[in-house]
Amino acid sequence: MASGQERILRRRIRSIDATKKITRAMELIAASRIVRAQARVRAARPYSDKVTAVIANLASAGGEADHPLLREPAEVSKVAYVVIAADRGLCGGYNNNVLRATERAIAADAAEGRDYELVLSGRKALGYFRFRNFRIAAGFEGFSDQPSYADAQQVAVAATELFENGCQRVMLAYTQFHSMGNQSVAIVPFMPLDAGEFDDADGAESSSGGPEGGYEFEPEPAVILERLLPRYAEARLYSALLEASASEHAARQRAMKAATDNAEELKTNLTRVMNRARQDAITTEIMEIVGGAEALAQTAGGEVDLLSDTIEARTADLFRGR
Amino acid sequence: MQVELVSPEAVLFSGECSQVVTRTVDGDIAFLDHHAAFIGALDIGQTQLWASDGIVTLALNRGFVEVSNNVVTILSDAAYAADEIDVAAAQADLEAAQAAVAADADDDDAKAAVAWAETRIAVASAA
Repeated sequence: MASGQERILRRRIRSIDATKKITRAMELIAASRIVRAQARVRAARPYSDKVTAVIANLASAGGEADHPLLREPAEVSKVAYVVIAADRGLCGGYNNNVLRATERAIAADAAEGRDYELVLSGRKALGYFRFRNFRIAAGFEGFSDQPSYADAQQVAVAATELFENGCQRVMLAYTQFHSMGNQSVAIVPFMPLDAGEFDDADGAESSSGGPEGGYEFEPEPAVILERLLPRYAEARLYSALLEASASEHAARQRAMKAATDNAEELKTNLTRVMNRARQDAITTEIMEIVGGAEALAQTAGGEVDLLSDTIEARTADLFRGR
Repeated sequence: MQVELVSPEAVLFSGECSQVVTRTVDGDIAFLDHHAAFIGALDIGQTQLWASDGIVTLALNRGFVEVSNNVVTILSDAAYAADEIDVAAAQADLEAAQAAVAADADDDDAKAAVAWAETRIAVASAA
């Protein structure tokens, strides 16, 4: 029956409308979170810049001791991957991109005879690698939305532990945030730390007028460096977490915008189908009335103006009924 | 001189100060205007900034200090002013840490926790 179909369509439209409201809300929330995440990325920059500059100054003062975090490995037999993904889905390809890239990198390492270890951040990363039966050294979840420095420290401790126990290299896999519309997956070397980075920072420092004389140190440079390098690693991990979080929100905003647009389109199409169904039902009804009236007139044998006569007859029936 | 107090998450203080007193792992140190270039590792302890609107006392849980070109930069994971300190929580931390030290006299982490809790309580009660 036509009105049955109409009812089904109406119900679907209502459900799509409800979904649209949800995706729209998620889009707006994600949009506001991107701004906040970007602000956090900016707020974290002075610290890591300063730590880098201090290390550069220490290094140039001859403090560049033979620190394990700066030693380039002669041979790499095992690589640890720190993977940063999201806790939640509904953010398009955000999780899959970084997870797949990591899996490919591990496969490439395996082809060259290198073993792997995994430090995972984000529930989706844990689910992905657990399902595929990968060996997971450490997993963290619950902070991909808004990572704090303490969270970064936890992850850094796990990574450092692997680095000190058998992994000659630690890689960092995360999504870099370039701008609102541009994020990309990157797998970058994390440990040992890149000594070249400190040379750059040193150059920047001296161009802005470095100290005239040398620095005084308390305690001696090697001891300070010993304490400072782990901080530097933490700061780098923290900024990676923050960037990944900003990327996550951007990806979610895009995905939810697409979902909202799709819902809107679906709703328009279904409304059109529903209206047609309703018109069909009305037409059929009129045809039935007309057809019935004609049949009545023919049995009565008289000439009748079909529609108006029927309507008159029905109205008369109604009044008689009163 | 310009003083910047920077934590990993934000710049906590930035302004002119006439004097800075802090504690490196080798002992207390004070910086006045035009101090020689200096880099030090900070211990758990109090740091005082003579800012234009009065002395700011902070509890610092380790960190680093760099002085160059009349700018003092203090880097710290944790720096709290007196009004930001939860004394009850610090007291609880102190008791837990003291118990840990009593159980194992060589537990350096617990000793550091005792020092950190004591510093916070001292800063909070001085204000």
